[in-house]
Amino acid sequence: MTYKEPDERGHFGQYGGRYVAETLMPALLELESAYIQARQDPAFEQEFQYYLKHYVGRPSPLYYAERLSRKLGGAKIYLKREDLNHTGAHKVNNTVGQILLARRMGKNRVIAETGAGQHGVATATVAALFGMECEIFMGKEDIRRQALNVFRMKLLGARVTEVTSGTATLKDAMNDALRHWVTHVRDTFYVIGTVAGPHPYPLLVRDFQTVIGREAREQMQEAEGGLPDVAVACIGGGSNAMGLFYPFIEDAQVDLLGVEAAGLGLDTDKHAASLGGGSPGVLHGNKTCLLQDDDGQIRHAHSISAGLDYPGVGPEHAHLRDLGRARYVAVTDDEALAAFRLLTEIEGIIPALESAHALAQVVKMAPAMDRDQTILVCLSGRGDKDIHTVADAMKVDLT
Amino acid sequence: MSRLAATFTRLKEHGGAAFVPFITAGDPNLERSADLIRTLAASGADIIELGIPFSDPMADGPTIQAASERALAAGTTLAKVLQLVAAVRNEVQVPLVLMGYYNPVFHYGIDRFARDARDAGVDGLLLVDLPPEEADEVLPCLAAVDIPLITLLAPTTPARRMQQLASRAQGYIYYVSMTGVTGTQAVAPEQIEQAVTELKAMTEIPVAVGFGINTAADARAVAAFADAVVVGSALVRIIAEQGDSPRLVPAVAAFAAELKDAIQAS
Repeated sequence: MTYKEPDERGHFGQYGGRYVAETLMPALLELESAYIQARQDPAFEQEFQYYLKHYVGRPSPLYYAERLSRKLGGAKIYLKREDLNHTGAHKVNNTVGQILLARRMGKNRVIAETGAGQHGVATATVAALFGMECEIFMGKEDIRRQALNVFRMKLLGARVTEVTSGTATLKDAMNDALRHWVTHVRDTFYVIGTVAGPHPYPLLVRDFQTVIGREAREQMQEAEGGLPDVAVACIGGGSNAMGLFYPFIEDAQVDLLGVEAAGLGLDTDKHAASLGGGSPGVLHGNKTCLLQDDDGQIRHAHSISAGLDYPGVGPEHAHLRDLGRARYVAVTDDEALAAFRLLTEIEGIIPALESAHALAQVVKMAPAMDRDQTILVCLSGRGDKDIHTVADAMKVDLT
Repeated sequence: MSRLAATFTRLKEHGGAAFVPFITAGDPNLERSADLIRTLAASGADIIELGIPFSDPMADGPTIQAASERALAAGTTLAKVLQLVAAVRNEVQVPLVLMGYYNPVFHYGIDRFARDARDAGVDGLLLVDLPPEEADEVLPCLAAVDIPLITLLAPTTPARRMQQLASRAQGYIYYVSMTGVTGTQAVAPEQIEQAVTELKAMTEIPVAVGFGINTAADARAVAAFADAVVVGSALVRIIAEQGDSPRLVPAVAAFAAELKDAIQAS
């Protein structure tokens, strides 16, 4: 199989595309041509690699989780340690790439949406590094839940704009960021945090995140002399998963497994599994799978993990599912919390609640696998930001 | 000749611009929307744009966002908007153009939507987040029922793209008068006059101007060079203030009459 998506208009099969108001179309066309040029310029790649190595701290280690593997009694489990990146998650790979692109385009002002605050912090961080003006849009509800990240962004010099429209969460933050972009499109670069949004964002975010999969592929070969049997990652919009999967896409023997948030269960209306419980639709500039009602109105997503709490998913994941090249499953809040505690207790690694979803799937599947099989898991972020959420869930009062 | 084409032909003969009020269907509820359509038609509306409410109206400012929320809270769906059009169609002959976002139409089924829209008596469709690049799956279905898909152009649209899109435009062109979302800034007529004049030189299709036209004075200034003047947020603000009160219809009628007079005086 030769995988070449997206096409020149940004379509991944029936998904993707550019569903935006005319005011933004010229900006997207400009971004696309700037990115095509940058991609062909070795100097851009060099600069990107320089900051990934010296600023982000790449390559991130591949860690054999021996005690976890032994405890589960099946496959060998390897963790790709994106949690050890600067700012504590994979998000910064993409913000470095996009902000270098913004500089190349002569834009000195960046905006971003954020849910849990990880992408907001990563954007504010790189904006600080390059002395750029930065404004972050964040739902009122999320500002309340993530006070620490809000303060962190402010320390980094960003302006944090509270979003009160709609449900006041991530999808509304993205709406308001798009509204702001429409108004300031001539001098502002919009740094989208995941493999969603209008073309070329799903393409360029994927490209900036594939460093995860490329490194992991080499590291697995070094450690095991071959490729993993399964590669697992959590899916909100799906950027860490796309970054992990993409370098394995032509390796048909590698099972690519995305893990969505089942919240309180897929049989309830409180989940965030757009692939498992959604249907095709158009939101935030792309056609993809969405949580929506019978009238095509977007439904609330729910997950204990703010980073997965989004009613859509990157269009390329919807396409990979239709192709049968990747599989998608979902785990509940409770399963993710149990995996969070397990990894913390037996490996001394506190994972982000997002990453704990991928781990929960590993907990389910590893025991049934042979001891000479391997699972590669993207540990997309660290869990320090989630301590309050976990304490709440465990009914522990931290005050 | 379609109702839309007939309207522009009639206006051209008299040398006037069309008055095009926008309201969100179902705000404050569907029964009152029917009253408002009748009232606007009686107050001189030449075309009425009816907003299809959507949970995530990304191109709209706070006023029309809130209208969308009120309409959805009142139980409005796309199917009910089509029923509303069908219900008023017998009484008013004013062209009714549905305006909204793509997802509700896509989810309804494009073919089914096109047939139901024709049967209801819809005269045009404007989808804010469906640029010409993505319109291929919609255009044949709409063409089959003779419903034009209105093209939007913006101040950021480069001249060459404007030429390309104008040459393929149907019904009328909606020129977005500012780089922003609806109802957040005031229009600067002198700044857009040149763009609209250039656009009109490229095409025979009538050019409507909207976004930021708040007052009778704005409407009058824009009517001097545009073929149609769209007033949305300013009208929706009155609906928000009056809600489902007995003063709703008279207040809307008074503002509409004021706008109509200003446009005719231009």
